Amino acid sequence: MTLRSMPMSARIGLAGILLVFACAIFAPVIAPYDESAIVGEVWAPMGGDFLLGTDNLGRDLLSRLIYGARATLFVALSATVISFSIGMFLSFTAVVSGGVVDQLLSRLNDLLMSVPALILALVVLAVLPQNIWILIVVMAVIDSTRVYRVGRAVALDVSVMDFVEAAWLRGEGKLWIIFREILPNTLAPLLGEFGLRFAFSILFLSTLSFLGLGIQPPIADWGGMVKDNKDGIIFGVSASLTPGAAIAFLVVCVNLVVDWLINTTSSLKGARDNA
Amino acid sequence: MPEMLSVKNLRIEVTARQPDGTATNLVLVDDVSFDVGKGRVLGLIGESGAGKSTIGLSALAYGRGGVRIEGGQILLDGQDIAKLGLRGIRAVRGARVAYVAQSAAAAFNPAHKLGRQVIEASIRHGIMTRAEATKRAAYLFGILGLPDPDTFGERFPHQVSGGQLQRAMTAMALCANPELIVFDEPTTALDVTTQIEVLAAIKHAIVETQTAALYITHDLAVVAQISDDIMVLRHGKTVEYGSTRQIIEAPREDYTKALVSIRQTMRQEALPSDDAQLRVAGMTAGYSAMDVLHDVSLILPKGQTLAVVGESGSGKSTLARVITGLLQPKAGAVSFNGAALPPARKDRSREQLRRIQMIYQMADTAMNPRQKIRDIVGRPLTLYFGMRGKAKTERVKELLDQIEMGPQFLDRFPAELSGGQKQRIAIARALAAKPELILCDEPTSALDPLVAEGILKLLLRLQEETAVSYLFITHDIAIVRAIADRVAVMHRGKVVREGVKSAVLSPPFDDYTDLLLRSVPEMEIGWLERVLDGRRVVTQVPGAAMELERS
Repeated sequence: MTLRSMPMSARIGLAGILLVFACAIFAPVIAPYDESAIVGEVWAPMGGDFLLGTDNLGRDLLSRLIYGARATLFVALSATVISFSIGMFLSFTAVVSGGVVDQLLSRLNDLLMSVPALILALVVLAVLPQNIWILIVVMAVIDSTRVYRVGRAVALDVSVMDFVEAAWLRGEGKLWIIFREILPNTLAPLLGEFGLRFAFSILFLSTLSFLGLGIQPPIADWGGMVKDNKDGIIFGVSASLTPGAAIAFLVVCVNLVVDWLINTTSSLKGARDNA
Repeated sequence: MPEMLSVKNLRIEVTARQPDGTATNLVLVDDVSFDVGKGRVLGLIGESGAGKSTIGLSALAYGRGGVRIEGGQILLDGQDIAKLGLRGIRAVRGARVAYVAQSAAAAFNPAHKLGRQVIEASIRHGIMTRAEATKRAAYLFGILGLPDPDTFGERFPHQVSGGQLQRAMTAMALCANPELIVFDEPTTALDVTTQIEVLAAIKHAIVETQTAALYITHDLAVVAQISDDIMVLRHGKTVEYGSTRQIIEAPREDYTKALVSIRQTMRQEALPSDDAQLRVAGMTAGYSAMDVLHDVSLILPKGQTLAVVGESGSGKSTLARVITGLLQPKAGAVSFNGAALPPARKDRSREQLRRIQMIYQMADTAMNPRQKIRDIVGRPLTLYFGMRGKAKTERVKELLDQIEMGPQFLDRFPAELSGGQKQRIAIARALAAKPELILCDEPTSALDPLVAEGILKLLLRLQEETAVSYLFITHDIAIVRAIADRVAVMHRGKVVREGVKSAVLSPPFDDYTDLLLRSVPEMEIGWLERVLDGRRVVTQVPGAAMELERS
């Protein structure tokens, strides 16, 4: 798994992700204006002083896009990583333990999934104080129910293989079985799921922002920017399409890299299939 | 006599793409030529990867994933099928050339009745009307010895046995009255006692219908019963091509000689001993309400080999699961070195677990594909003996040496090894624990004959060196003869015969052992007829013959 063996598509994806990261880290240096400063008229067209035009309040769209990478990337990425950690650990524990533990965890998961994700998030976020970490954890917990489902399904497939049985017969502990026997063999489907879940996280964040429970103004986030400028579409203003395109760009880049990771992690098993 | 199928200088290649994008050309079949006449059977024999199936499928102008015919000709009744075009090939497949696959269970659509699937090709190709096809199907069911030929087609695939399904598939191939049938290992997945019935049925049907046939298998003893000519293949090249009699009785090439002389090793059994390594007493076990094992009792003396033999479903593997503690018995006990073993795996100490190791049938699934050989073999060393770092690597090298593999394999992954090498690594992993008993669950049945022979020899040598005991589960009597000291014959969850090998394998027999022993194909022409004389399996249906003129 070296840079040299990376196919073109993965290089493009990686470059795109690095670009977004660079924007997030060096936002104050790169951005021409402050993210919350009103610098021009409402919905100014592209070109001139404002490369991408201005938004519904007259703030520079390019600057907000660059600053927005911070909140979007940070919240969506942390939420996805945490949801995967929770979901995978619990699902693997359920599979390895079986019996009562499996039933308890799985039924609790069903219970959580039976409440629509958005309503659950609304209720919980309305009760808890408004804080970016609480937002991340709530998003992560709700998303982890989906990860749990996928994780349990793939881990069940692996757990009935002879090499897992051999490990049990050898007298290995549960942690060894989870992390050394099952996890490496379930990475490919889980990585694919990660790419998808990351995209959903960005969309979920923008939905929450729209309802006033996500990232609070005046801090910019891409989902929130789509929402702020959506009325402009009626008047032929493209201001909401630009952050939308940025979301699409990031998701495509993440998935290009994930596709490559899936290929490299599954090629060991598939190496002989080509012959 | 014009040849039905004539293959001349056939060369088949495939382009394999590596994950990093480079493409390499592999030659699967190189310069192979043969002829098959009407009513004749050509046996194609070789180990896996020899190109047998590729040649068989090329007769249907079909190649699996990216396989191309690069050179030579395939003439079907004088016509080059490579020049037929897509439409022409579709007219040939199923109508003039038919294919019988290895796994009939996977080849039938479980949602449709058998009869409908058997006659489908004939109707689609417009060769027969539905009534004619149904009548022919009933006739074929009859000559293939299937029960109630007239109503057999009304059944669904899950309502018939594996052997019957394989015969139904042969009927499907024969239904359109093809000029050529390709049999691709049709009996490999069947039990020996079922295999003999299917073999007899196929042979009878070929004689009755005067079809030309290619019979692909890796078992020389099987092909000796059914074919007129044999072609031995290795790495896509012809090793030897001649009449069945010449190949079996006077093989010219060394490779053919090795294939013919296989399975003639026989081990002298050890003296009976009262010093029991493993004792199973009154074992009854099963899944939920169903009992798979009924009152099974066995004794395995120290340093000896107990072969447990039986067909699939006889409870052999369940017995191993009970001994390892994966399945708790409903009654009975397992004692090891005279002391009782706790019935459940998690109640056993690590030391107790160390002493009993297991070797699986499929080495592919028995090793974690993401671990290197170093870690697979080294893990028991760390777990049981606390070995780390250099000492561990040295010990792994020693073990690799013991299984006749070098240190260059240390950093390979299982997928980079051949089937036989994988099974050797599995043996090394078991040895690493310094066990007193190794449970071998059909460790050679997924391997090619010559490779399997190597594994058996290795196991025997290791037994001499380390005095380990084996409980060897198998369905193959030849293996039992080669390695066992004691034998237990299992049938439907009961031990029907148990004792030292010489006593179990010599008359007088009980009915089941007799059937089992007589069903194992022998490397001898005419064996099938000889066995069938004592045991009518093919019931002919008189008067059902039907003439079909090909226009």
